[in-house]
Amino acid sequence: MQYDLIIIGGGPAGLAAAVSAKKEGVENILILERDRELGGILNQCIHNGFGLHTFKEELTGPEYAWRFIQQVEELQIPYKLHTMVLDIRDGENGKTVMAMNREDGLMMLTARAVILAMGCRERPRGALNIPGYRPAGIYTAGTAQRLVNMEGYMPGREVVILGSGDIGLIMARRMTLEGAKVKVVAELMPFSGGLQRNIVQCLDDFDIPLKLSHTVIDIQGKERVTGITLAEVDENRKPIPGTEEFYACDTLLLSCGLIPENELSGKIGVELSRITSGPVVNESLETNVPGVFACGNVLHVHDLVDYVSEEAARAGACAAAYIRGEKEKEDTKEIPVFAVDGVRYTVPQTIRPACMEDTLTLRFRVGAVYRDCYVSVYLGDRRIWHKKKRKLAPGEMEQVVLKKSDLTDRESFDKITVKVEEA
Amino acid sequence: METRELICINCPLGCSLTVTMENGAVKKVEGNTCKKGEAYGTKEVTNPTRIVTSSVRVTGGTLPVVSVKTASDIPKGKIYDCAKALKTVAVNAPVHIGDVVLKNVCGTGVDMIATKNIPAVSK
Amino acid sequence: MKYDVVIIGAGVVGSAVARELSRYDLKTAVLEREEDVCCGTSKANSAIVHAGFDAEPGSMKARMNVRGSKMMEALSKELDFPYKKNGSLVLCFHETDIPKLEALKTRGEENGVEGLRIVTGEEIHKLEPNISHDVKALLYAPTGGIVCPFKLTIALAENASVNGVDFFLNTEVKAVRKLEKGGYEIETDRECYETACVVNAAGVYADVFNNMVSKRKLSITPRKGEYCLLDKKAGNFVSHTVFQLPTKMGKGVLITPTVHGNLLVGPTADDIEDKEGIQTTARGLGKVASLARVSAADVPLHMVITSFAGLRATEKDEDFVLGEAEDAEGFFNAAGIESPGLSSAPAIGEYLAELAAERLQAKKKENFISTREDIPNVAQASPEEIAELIKKDPAYGNVICRCETVTEGEIINAIRRPLGARSLDGVKRRTRAGMGRCQSGFCAPRTMEILARELHMDPLELTKAGKGSKLLTGVIKEDETGITETF
Repeated sequence: MQYDLIIIGGGPAGLAAAVSAKKEGVENILILERDRELGGILNQCIHNGFGLHTFKEELTGPEYAWRFIQQVEELQIPYKLHTMVLDIRDGENGKTVMAMNREDGLMMLTARAVILAMGCRERPRGALNIPGYRPAGIYTAGTAQRLVNMEGYMPGREVVILGSGDIGLIMARRMTLEGAKVKVVAELMPFSGGLQRNIVQCLDDFDIPLKLSHTVIDIQGKERVTGITLAEVDENRKPIPGTEEFYACDTLLLSCGLIPENELSGKIGVELSRITSGPVVNESLETNVPGVFACGNVLHVHDLVDYVSEEAARAGACAAAYIRGEKEKEDTKEIPVFAVDGVRYTVPQTIRPACMEDTLTLRFRVGAVYRDCYVSVYLGDRRIWHKKKRKLAPGEMEQVVLKKSDLTDRESFDKITVKVEEA
Repeated sequence: METRELICINCPLGCSLTVTMENGAVKKVEGNTCKKGEAYGTKEVTNPTRIVTSSVRVTGGTLPVVSVKTASDIPKGKIYDCAKALKTVAVNAPVHIGDVVLKNVCGTGVDMIATKNIPAVSK
Repeated sequence: MKYDVVIIGAGVVGSAVARELSRYDLKTAVLEREEDVCCGTSKANSAIVHAGFDAEPGSMKARMNVRGSKMMEALSKELDFPYKKNGSLVLCFHETDIPKLEALKTRGEENGVEGLRIVTGEEIHKLEPNISHDVKALLYAPTGGIVCPFKLTIALAENASVNGVDFFLNTEVKAVRKLEKGGYEIETDRECYETACVVNAAGVYADVFNNMVSKRKLSITPRKGEYCLLDKKAGNFVSHTVFQLPTKMGKGVLITPTVHGNLLVGPTADDIEDKEGIQTTARGLGKVASLARVSAADVPLHMVITSFAGLRATEKDEDFVLGEAEDAEGFFNAAGIESPGLSSAPAIGEYLAELAAERLQAKKKENFISTREDIPNVAQASPEEIAELIKKDPAYGNVICRCETVTEGEIINAIRRPLGARSLDGVKRRTRAGMGRCQSGFCAPRTMEILARELHMDPLELTKAGKGSKLLTGVIKEDETGITETF
């Protein structure tokens, strides 16, 4: 089967990309979704707080997803559910996508462009190297969220949560409201990775203690978890002897970070960033493989879904332009963006000024908490952006908006630098 | 005179607010950097409210569970009552976003509504 | 219940003995306290088929290892389990230790290991580019191999079951008693079994059962080994199994690819008291990391996806105790089966089955089924094969475990086959669902759904690995009975 555009993933990124590409005139689109319905992880995020930027109202995850699913239905964009993509290859006739499901069997689909929108996964216990037994009752927060919110089962009664990422905080409240006892949330870092609002409304409202600079150093229980041991950590994140505290519990939930899921991207030769674990992209959200675009949490882990939608819409529009054959960019100058002095990474990582829209939102995260500082952008040695920030934190995605005129009108420069500067 | 210490949730700044009250009335809010902070501090000590979200079982649907929320915020003190009230609720498919699954939850005047569409299983 | 032979333990050794005994016209049973086969030492080890240069010449270890290693390839074809002769290397870091390396080679040759060779100079890094530049010489053993210990054990057990051996799972042996009239009575937490012969393949507990019937007491100390398993992205870091030459400081750790393409690093070796002490420790995992870096400074330990510990059953005399107990006729030991137990298992099975059959004067069956087919493996199938599989059964088109590309068809197959999976871990060992980099985060709820459906179980009864390892504690909106419907 031949398509203009195949979008891998039917979550918030894939949906927004599809809607935007269709509106930009791409006719022949196919969305491939591995789960039983469109909407991705939003379907299990039944809490509210989504959509304040996009729709100017507070929606729950399923409601937010529905706004986009509706558009996909109205625009009659075809999609396949329960469909897993096994491989993508680049060829003379475009990209070949090998996918399969029950009904269609194994499919070899071709497309002129592909948008990667596979999302991310959670860091499991094994990757955290927590010592102890390996009993039942250890779940990532997202797995527990699916069990509770979509399957209607309780994974535990007495719970300790490691990691204060938003999913962990949300699940602390959710489990509490379903009658479980959440004893403590422990966070390795000296600050929470979650939103302030979630700390107040998910922990403080229910008197659940948050222990910063703490980690789990032992898991007890041979069959089912019977308890865990927490310890305080020093500035090198090493447990401090003598600070051990035992918590009896039957469940340990982990909310210790998300990892973009790019195993598929590697198969078509997409270059990945060591910092974001997502593809390296240019201003058009295009990877090093022409015609392969990326957006959403597969590109870099976002804090708000609104930004995913916005980014994905741009990926859709850029893919449309690619399919229309615009932006022949062979000779265009491509300028690297460097993230230094507290800025961990930027997306995009390169910019071709000639291919920019009038403005370009550059998103980034910082590596530590900063107060009363400046975010600056330099073109070569010339500073073009300098904004005071009361606070910067690793949990929050930051952004700067570049103007095309700034990048094209002035003298030449060979690098763009984004940094945190002291006041 | 009594004071309450709060952390503002309106933005990532997370300002530490000190709200001073006298006879249940707010005298002043300190520590905020914007008006939203003052409003939040005042509301949080006089009439704190929350949206409550949960999920209930569905009979005859394509999925076993449907997510629900209070149609608007309810007093914070009613969160547990609201969660408890939902325990007696089960719904039949099909369910549509906005369908009322529980009217006037715990006398708050607020309805509990579905936040997801669950089609009925085709027979 | 009456049997000719009762085997205690369904690990790789018990299963190998069962399969070999199933060639004979005998009534054989296997008693296993866990809910599945391959739940003890057999599931947590280096997954190595040792070439056989390590064991003392003339020892049972040497004899069984070399024979087992020679049997493994043919067996892997017969029973359809993954095995690869990837060759193994023993690294020597000091010029002064080279004589020890040569001694190892001589010992291997005495044991009958073929093709051993000392490698020096440039060839070292041609063989294995990522290993340390401190390596002065290495012993190359081309017959060293890697195997999937789960699939090996499960294949042996399945084949034994198909050939008439009865497996009683969740059945813990409490006592073994010699009967006046000859033979034994075996008391379990379920039923009592009467049998002419016993094969004691109880791993770290083999001393306990031996000591119930024999005056020649055994003493088995669990020797804990901790491991780290790395992502498949790290699977090509080395192509051979890379050992360190044992020194005064200890035996070191190995770095090896697995047959499934991961990288495995470990084990530590700590004698412990607790025969159930399979927890990992911060100290042990730290030791694995620091020792592995001696072999290869850049070993990508940040790609660890899980860690685990296993217990070797170390007997005080440090050799396998194989054969009939002198003072207990018909009681056959397979005790002290530490490394190289996995490599030796096929040979131990053959050896003990012959002894027991001889004791019982049993004849070989004519209708023995020698082959067995594994579950189709979609992840390694060609597009044409996948298309064919889905055509036959659409469930092979529905991917459940995305990290390892395991389909619903494979999971159903794993549940429905002889001695089928009954738990998440049972499915995992048979299909690799949940064995990948997300460690079952995404697939666990879906695998649970399939298990419940196929086994007609209440999801609340599902376990990770049997007994008390329940996965769920209840349903939402519990503890109120009056369900009202609002529509």
